[in-house]
Amino acid sequence: MKINYYGFRAIYLHEMDRFRRTLLQSLISPVLSTSLYFIVFGSVIGNYVQNIDGISYGSYIVPGLIMLTLLTQSISNTSFGIFFPKFNGSLYEILAAPISTFEMVLAFVGAGATKTLIIGAVILATSNFFVEVSILHPLLMVFLLVLVAFTFALFGFLIGLLSSNFEQMSIIPTLVITPMVFLGGSLYSLDMLPPFWQMVTYFNPVVYLINGLRFAFYGASDFNIWISIASMIFFLVLCISVVAYVLKKGYTIKS
Amino acid sequence: MSQDLISINNLSKTYKNGLKALNNVSLNIKKGEILAMLGPNGAGKTTLISIICGIVTPSSGKVNVDGFDIINDYRQTRSKIGLVPQELTLENFETVFNNVSFTRGLYGKAPDPRYIESVLKKLSLWDKKDNILRQLSGGMKRRVLIAKALSHKPSILFLDEPTAGVDVELRKDMWKSVEALRESGVTIILTTHYIEEAEAIADRVAVINNGEIIVVDQKKDLLNKMGRKKLRIDLHEKTDTIPESLSKYDLELSGNKLSLTYSYDTQKQRTGITNLLQDIRDQGLKLKDLKTEESTLEKIFVTLVKENNEN
Repeated sequence: MKINYYGFRAIYLHEMDRFRRTLLQSLISPVLSTSLYFIVFGSVIGNYVQNIDGISYGSYIVPGLIMLTLLTQSISNTSFGIFFPKFNGSLYEILAAPISTFEMVLAFVGAGATKTLIIGAVILATSNFFVEVSILHPLLMVFLLVLVAFTFALFGFLIGLLSSNFEQMSIIPTLVITPMVFLGGSLYSLDMLPPFWQMVTYFNPVVYLINGLRFAFYGASDFNIWISIASMIFFLVLCISVVAYVLKKGYTIKS
Repeated sequence: MSQDLISINNLSKTYKNGLKALNNVSLNIKKGEILAMLGPNGAGKTTLISIICGIVTPSSGKVNVDGFDIINDYRQTRSKIGLVPQELTLENFETVFNNVSFTRGLYGKAPDPRYIESVLKKLSLWDKKDNILRQLSGGMKRRVLIAKALSHKPSILFLDEPTAGVDVELRKDMWKSVEALRESGVTIILTTHYIEEAEAIADRVAVINNGEIIVVDQKKDLLNKMGRKKLRIDLHEKTDTIPESLSKYDLELSGNKLSLTYSYDTQKQRTGITNLLQDIRDQGLKLKDLKTEESTLEKIFVTLVKENNEN
């Protein structure tokens, strides 16, 4: 057995089954909250905001809102996926199975990314009900969505691996990711900020992700697209390195 | 039944907190046997099992399973092993059938609903196949853990306290299942606190204490070697003390002064019973009844652990 295909498949389908069992929480909840953003920001406040880069405000915020959902969902899906069996003790059977660490991580992260991409697609479809959405570079959009979903699913896996209780699991998404997305130009262009805050925002890595996706949608961005892609790949490589190190040390899951 | 299936050589494990759970353990487990590992809490039984299964990393030493190294050839070794853990660790919101099928997949086997059905039927779980795991009783959950361990047809089965918290009837059912598995060629290693369990189903017994194996022997040989018998002599009338002429015997007077207990070694050619009875008669004590009591594995186990702790 050089590759444990059935082992990978078992974990992947097991995680996707959890998504099916918790469909209300997994799908309806992000769709509802994003719809509320469109109603409040897009329709109500948007009517009082002028076009940005020639794009209506409602349409302008679509990539930012998709990115918000993508980041929070990919982190929470995968962190919960690995934390739950660790918490209830059923992780023993994965550790005792003839499956490599790489196959295990790929299955958890793959399932987390798949769930997130499904949610992202549903939100994109939902946004069409509220605003006009055009996608100038569809292949680039798919590439960026897949890259971000995998990268942050891996980041979520790391959080689930390192967390020892539910509170710790929610700290990063709530206290770090959400503020970074809101302060990362999801609802505005960086040109609208005073110079000092523009400078501060350049240190927020999420800015590059949102701008990259916005470029794929409308061809408008505060940065060159390659800076966005490079920053995503850098974060992916960083996550892979840290997860590999942590698993090699057996931290929290293997004595 | 002589080929070694598992070879453990100089295995040691020290946890990060400094606890030395295993100290230079060597043990060979034969193909097709049932080996019972006995030991008090914290003796190192679960650590030993966990290392062989791949859940815990050894500090030093080597373990081979069917000729394969557990670290370098982990896919080969783990695919041969089924593990029933001590704790009832199950994903609570899944159905029995899906959960057992999940474990089969983890071990690299293609889905086989008919085989899973046969396993569930053997363990009287088929009528529960669509039940959510959290709805099951503790005993049923224990059976599910066994079904999961058998889902990929392992040739080696580790049972870590398989009948802990299980009622007597279910325990005896499980013993029958274990015996049936052994007959089908599965090698079984079980840890237990219930000495009667080891006595009932094991071929060999290994006693572990403080991370070391104190003794490994055939159950029958252990009972023969270390077994002591007791002869209880009930008297017609009370005697306040043991007469001087009987002091050469290992005798105890009971609290009600109506019986004497004589301990003797079953391995000795002369047990001294004939002479003792003659001497009792010469003392004028009248015998009412005689009863013999054999040492159980439990008494042997307690003695071994006590001796080991004193050394």
